[in-house]
Amino acid sequence: MITLRNVLKNYSSEVAIGPVDLNIIEGGITALVGPNGAGKSTLLTMIGRLLGMDDGVIEIAGYDIAKTKSKDLAKIVSILRQENHFITRLTVRQLVGFGRFPHSNGRLTVVDEEAISQAVDFMHLGDLEGRYLDELSGGQRQRAYVAMVLAQDTEYVLLDEPLNNLDVAHSHAMLQTLRRAADELGKTVVIVVHDINYASCWADQIVAMKDGGVRAIGTPSEIVQRDLLREIFELDIEVAEFRGHRIAHFYLPVPMCGNCHRSKVDGCCLDGSPHVAAPLPLGMPA
Amino acid sequence: MAEAMVDLSAPRRHSGPLCTPRARRRYWLILTLLIVLAAVFGFGLLAWNNPMPVGSDGFWRIAERRMNALIAMAIVAWCQGIATVSFQTVVNNRIITPSIMGFESLYRAVQTSAVYFLGVAGLVSLRGVTQFSIQVVIMVLLALGLYGWLLSGRYANLQVMLLVGIVIGGGLGSVSTFMQRLLTPSEFDVLSARLFGNVSNADASYYPVAIPLCVVAGILLWLKSTRLNVLALGKETATNLGLNHRRELMQVLFLVSILMAVSTALVGPMTFLGFLVATLTYQLADTYDHRRIFPMVILVAFVVLSGAYFVMRNIFSAQGVVSIIIELVGGTLFLIVILRKGRL
Repeated sequence: MITLRNVLKNYSSEVAIGPVDLNIIEGGITALVGPNGAGKSTLLTMIGRLLGMDDGVIEIAGYDIAKTKSKDLAKIVSILRQENHFITRLTVRQLVGFGRFPHSNGRLTVVDEEAISQAVDFMHLGDLEGRYLDELSGGQRQRAYVAMVLAQDTEYVLLDEPLNNLDVAHSHAMLQTLRRAADELGKTVVIVVHDINYASCWADQIVAMKDGGVRAIGTPSEIVQRDLLREIFELDIEVAEFRGHRIAHFYLPVPMCGNCHRSKVDGCCLDGSPHVAAPLPLGMPA
Repeated sequence: MAEAMVDLSAPRRHSGPLCTPRARRRYWLILTLLIVLAAVFGFGLLAWNNPMPVGSDGFWRIAERRMNALIAMAIVAWCQGIATVSFQTVVNNRIITPSIMGFESLYRAVQTSAVYFLGVAGLVSLRGVTQFSIQVVIMVLLALGLYGWLLSGRYANLQVMLLVGIVIGGGLGSVSTFMQRLLTPSEFDVLSARLFGNVSNADASYYPVAIPLCVVAGILLWLKSTRLNVLALGKETATNLGLNHRRELMQVLFLVSILMAVSTALVGPMTFLGFLVATLTYQLADTYDHRRIFPMVILVAFVVLSGAYFVMRNIFSAQGVVSIIIELVGGTLFLIVILRKGRL
């Protein structure tokens, strides 16, 4: 379990992240969602001890990250940022090999090589493993970095926007991989995603953030609700159910009534139907 | 099917720094070639134009006098090579060199103010093991103060540190230039001989201090090579992999500053050499592994230095400013390599 107590990061007198109190359950995928600037990535990097906090305590599996040695933490939790400095003279496999550093201290054993092969195959990078990083596309490089984190073989895996740079097919492959990592390898995966629908369809738990604080936490069906989304994203978003998953439809604006300033979907004054206060209809209009 | 494929490829799959037999062969071939070249140039410097027959008593007596310059080259090659590669690795930038931290401007300022305030006698008074040690200590302290101050604050930032280093260097440089304008021509002449990097500046009496210092610093960096490999991945990845990035950074920068200070105080500024040999080495070694890069960069530096001296002394019969040939030939070679391969 990842526990945050009163975690605070001050940027200036106006801008601050927190104070955040949060429990992230063990196992499964937890997605952090929210608008730009909500503090998702900041929170994730603080959990991954890449960024110091100004106040509060973060515990991962009972280890206080401020007091535990970085070397020991590297065997418990791994974190991957969106953008990574890469060196050119490094092949995919060599990069993945760095994931074994906390275990091997740079001297790779047979066990390490096996773990590296597994991680490479897990991310379907077998054909690319001899390629240099500067010969890869952004998405392939992203997958190589995820493979490195998997080779690190930690119980907790934190990924900052792992779907960045990935097309639909690769996003799917990535999510499937993360799902398998959670289900088959029993890892606790925490990701930051921009697309609420990916979170809704693939995550076990969603943490909705806004203005540096946690607004709501719950299962996808609890979080992907029209009023909650409106509050978080400041946008009216229609929500519909599709094969048991709630899908937010945000590609088109909700048609608004110019007279009563309510969405026509809810029924408004002009089409003759009475105003509906609650509950909101789930079905999408034809 | 999938398992069978994995089994087949299992013996080939490994993640060492040089992953194909071809890369390994290439690395060792280049390393051997460099060793041979270093030996040839080294011996050439001792033996060429040596009037006595090789091996005779007189030959060694003459060679011994030339040996000092050769030792100075070895020290400079060791210091500049290791320091530049380590520095470029920890700052994740392969275009800058540690001289950016103001060592060379400090050296220039010290030498210039000695002449300015004390006359030519001042330069003489700068010679001596104690004075040499003091210069090294001042340079290391300057570097440590800069790193310590700039990397420990809340807004600790490598880029800001480098910028401040450049600004300090620029400031010291202008002060030196100003003082140089006020010197008499003869004083200026004596001074400028000191300000060009030149292995003949090296005084053999400094070696007992210089050699242990740079050997220890070099070996410590060598022992850190696996950590340097990780640091090259950037601050965040290194932290994720369990390194205390700030501590490692400070340690490496401290060792780099010792190497740079020894080299600069011994022979004067060699601005371009470190950058040139590091870049050439990245092309030649073609690996990320510092354990493989370090030996090669030292050899490349030694070959470049001794080769330049050999050519300068015996073909152009010109003593002294060897940095000119290093910059001319080395710069051209560097441009060719980069334009052909285009990978830093």
